[in-house]
Amino acid sequence: MATILVVSEIRNGQLKKVNFETYTAARQLAEQLNGNVVALLMGDQVTGIQNIPGKYGIARVVLVEDTRLAQYSADAYAAVAAEVARQVQADFVWMPATAMGKDLMPRIATLLQTTTAQDVVQFRVEDGTVVYTRPMFAGKVLADIAIASTPQTATLRPKAFPIEEKAVDASVETLQVSIPEPKAVVEEITTSGGGKLDVTEADIVVSGGRGMKGPENWHLLEELAELLGGATGASRAVVDAGWRPHGEQVGQTGKTVSPTLYIAVGISGAIQHLAGMLSSKYIVAINKDPDAPIFKVADYGIVGDALEILPKFIEEVKKMKAEG
Amino acid sequence: MNIAVCMKQTPDTEAQIKIATDGKQIESSGVKWVINPYDEFAIEEALRLTEKHGGEVTLISLGPASTEKTIREGLAMGAHKAIRIEAPANPSDPQVVGAALAEVLKEGNYDVILFGKQAIDDDHAQVPAIVATRLGIPAVSVVVKLEITDGNGTALREIEGGHEKVRFPLPAVISAQRGLNEPRYRSLKGIMAAKKKPIDVRQVNLETDQLTVVKLNYPPEKQPGRIVGEGPEAVPELVRLLHEEAKVI
Repeated sequence: MATILVVSEIRNGQLKKVNFETYTAARQLAEQLNGNVVALLMGDQVTGIQNIPGKYGIARVVLVEDTRLAQYSADAYAAVAAEVARQVQADFVWMPATAMGKDLMPRIATLLQTTTAQDVVQFRVEDGTVVYTRPMFAGKVLADIAIASTPQTATLRPKAFPIEEKAVDASVETLQVSIPEPKAVVEEITTSGGGKLDVTEADIVVSGGRGMKGPENWHLLEELAELLGGATGASRAVVDAGWRPHGEQVGQTGKTVSPTLYIAVGISGAIQHLAGMLSSKYIVAINKDPDAPIFKVADYGIVGDALEILPKFIEEVKKMKAEG
Repeated sequence: MNIAVCMKQTPDTEAQIKIATDGKQIESSGVKWVINPYDEFAIEEALRLTEKHGGEVTLISLGPASTEKTIREGLAMGAHKAIRIEAPANPSDPQVVGAALAEVLKEGNYDVILFGKQAIDDDHAQVPAIVATRLGIPAVSVVVKLEITDGNGTALREIEGGHEKVRFPLPAVISAQRGLNEPRYRSLKGIMAAKKKPIDVRQVNLETDQLTVVKLNYPPEKQPGRIVGEGPEAVPELVRLLHEEAKVI
């Protein structure tokens, strides 16, 4: 019987929503392999969230609590997760492909003398083995890969897998694990832009390019994003020009996003930008050049001046919301 | 200060990627090869550190002899010497790459080992963490700001919605994110000097790939969309479509 260990990402004592995508995917794999899923919660105080994995079909929860785990430390977290993987005899170790997950899982794999499928967007079971699909060349190619070593470790791309609730009774146990003194220590965490939603975590992204003419016009995008409950993004050109911070950049040398809706305003659609947002479910393009490459990938487009269209867009969204 | 930068030759970001007939690799003919863009930030940071603290920058790269042309570009930026670890091709398993690099890095007594955060061909984003774990030293990934003082460092690491400020002892591994610095251009003088800088070739026993490519596929073709209209007059229809047809707002 296959055991899948899911390492959960906990920030500020809370389970991030992205964990539920991995819980769901792991549960689905367990069903196909007649296996079971174990969720690992590690931190300085995790008893308060121990009942959450059970909502997503995870029947076994393992806690490791220690003050040394209060903040993310790659070497300490990796040692704990690897030890838990050994203790539960995990055949698979999965985690969301967040900043933490992508940093942590290769270390866990090294400690367990195995390897990692990083940033997986799909998986399937073929002849009893798992085939993982992951993007390469900035998404220009999707690679089907296999892992021969055990346990198989993987990180799952945020928003690539759905969340499905399935309430089960979960057993909760605390494991004693030796925890090394962290070498690299997080001294503080700063949030950019007063805790604004990060572009990789939003379901709706409103993104601006040079067609916005200047940073002073960004309030239009911010207002639209706020009305839609989304985050703002930016093209490389406007980040290079200093109009927007690098943390908002979407594209090959910025962030990869997979929101439900991506609205590209005044963005021409260079290959490197597309690499960062092509997997969005719906793409809207607003650009005054009808030949802009962005229109080739947009589901819906409007040809025109961004600065004239945005105020109308804001007005219409307000109307739509008022009408319920 | 003894600094190593691990660099890789990758296709240019503009490159049209074609899957080869065997379905397991890409066509390499006609590809323009460059220093992996993220590695340029790593090389630049290393040069700034040695300019400030003294010492040397050694480039380390895994690959066949044809990659030496790109290694020379790193030397032309100002790195002092290079080591090429012989490998017939790019291993599909990042653990194999990490093991080979760690074996060579172990002997070098480096204070700081820099990487780009990921290679833009396989996008694994694993090798820096793998190397640090194998060497038993701390690593900070996706770094946008780095400060090194006597035997210690602090780094600003990009995470969702903000940054972590991380403190660590040396030696340490750092992987560079865009924004860490502005990489310098290769001057003609640098290009000429690079011709005389040594590229040492090392042989290591490469481990067997445990991660292998079964098949490469192109992503599904996006269905063509439609232009709803021109100018602000088209907005009400767009909003209606998003609300009633796509049901996303």
